[in-house]
Amino acid sequence: MPGRILLLLGTKKGAFILEGDAATRGDWSLRGPFCDAWPVMHAVGDAADGTIWAGGGNEWFGPAVWRSTDRGTRWTHSSAGLSYGEGEPPIRAVWSLARAADGALWAGVEPAGLFRSIDGGMSWHHVEGLRAHPSRPHWVPGGGGLILHSLVPHPTDSRQLWVGISTAGVFHTADGGATWQPRNSGTRCDFLPEDQRYPEYGQCVHCLVMAPGMPERLYQQNHCGMYRSDDGGRSWTSIEDGLPSSFGFPAAVHPRDPETLFLLPLNGDTLGRHVPDAKAAVWRTRDRGRGWQAMRHGLPQRDAYFGVLRQAMATDPLTPAGVYFGTGSGAVFASADEGETWRCIAEHLPAISSVETLVVPG
Amino acid sequence: MTPVLLPEALVRLFPGAPRRVELPDAATVAAAIAALDARWPGMRDRLCDGTPAIRRHINVFVAGERARLDTTLPPGAEMIVMTAVSGG
Repeated sequence: MPGRILLLLGTKKGAFILEGDAATRGDWSLRGPFCDAWPVMHAVGDAADGTIWAGGGNEWFGPAVWRSTDRGTRWTHSSAGLSYGEGEPPIRAVWSLARAADGALWAGVEPAGLFRSIDGGMSWHHVEGLRAHPSRPHWVPGGGGLILHSLVPHPTDSRQLWVGISTAGVFHTADGGATWQPRNSGTRCDFLPEDQRYPEYGQCVHCLVMAPGMPERLYQQNHCGMYRSDDGGRSWTSIEDGLPSSFGFPAAVHPRDPETLFLLPLNGDTLGRHVPDAKAAVWRTRDRGRGWQAMRHGLPQRDAYFGVLRQAMATDPLTPAGVYFGTGSGAVFASADEGETWRCIAEHLPAISSVETLVVPG
Repeated sequence: MTPVLLPEALVRLFPGAPRRVELPDAATVAAAIAALDARWPGMRDRLCDGTPAIRRHINVFVAGERARLDTTLPPGAEMIVMTAVSGG
């Protein structure tokens, strides 16, 4: 496996990079803040060519996607085309980025909508089909705003994409974004009257991820439960039995094992949204959600009142897989053994919005 | 000529852009911003949203008065672009 591993951090005050030796994952050095200390919601990298993109938005200067082709030393930014057009609401921020199978770049934004770039993030085109969906007038903002935060491209079919919108639910396209279908059957809305808790759309999905090698298997952490789908989101099954809470934000899949999932449940939506009992744990399943194990060794086990946001946990492609998460209080925890043991590798950073990994040649 | 004063936080985003710029006479604030965008592509997106309007936390003053995109620029009048109180 190649030599360097980069943790790409999006924070409230810029992007940061934690860099270490992929062979040991022992020592980490911090670089940043990048992107002129703008709020960065999501930073991602392409292992094929080392390009890094960071999406965010600044209260003064609006939304942009930043780009670096030299591992973060120099950055450029662009928001060319990131607009719904005259008379439409301004876009506040870019919330999510993902590379499609054909090399195009997807961007999810606030207020919720989807953009596509075919020139590596230099310019953008609005994918109008999503906001043309008949459910659009009924989408309502969640606590973080009306945001498109999850982008799950099909690994080989660039026409297929799943998105997660708070609060509208999961939608899927099979034609490159021209038409969309809600994919929420079986996920509930505890915030609606009892006889309305399983609507076609309107769910508060928090994070949507795809199992490796199984494009039809999706997992989602929802505001109201954790779920698995084995049919591309057409139907969802609760997998929250055995977890300490039905509430949380991030979910991270294993790089090779579709049965393994990592979650970081919080204590509840009305109870402070921090780790349960002020003791941090990542919860791991090895059997697609049938059973769960708390992974605590090395994580704070007293007086921990942090939360972890929806895009702030990730795995790396190494063996054994590394797992990483960043907290709202600016700390990064890392495990080099699939969650068995943990240590803090950075602290005192700004509030962390996202964590992604990038392994590049040394 | 239209003298324009740009905020530090803006020119940092456009390498080589100075704080003080002299533009050929522009009829309106929108025209002046278009001229800025021609010199430094992307600068209009930093100052204006797609509505189109000057961004909520950007203030433009012409002859000491708050201006909008359609505000007229008298010949020689200075246009000052400022970042509003914002952040957190």
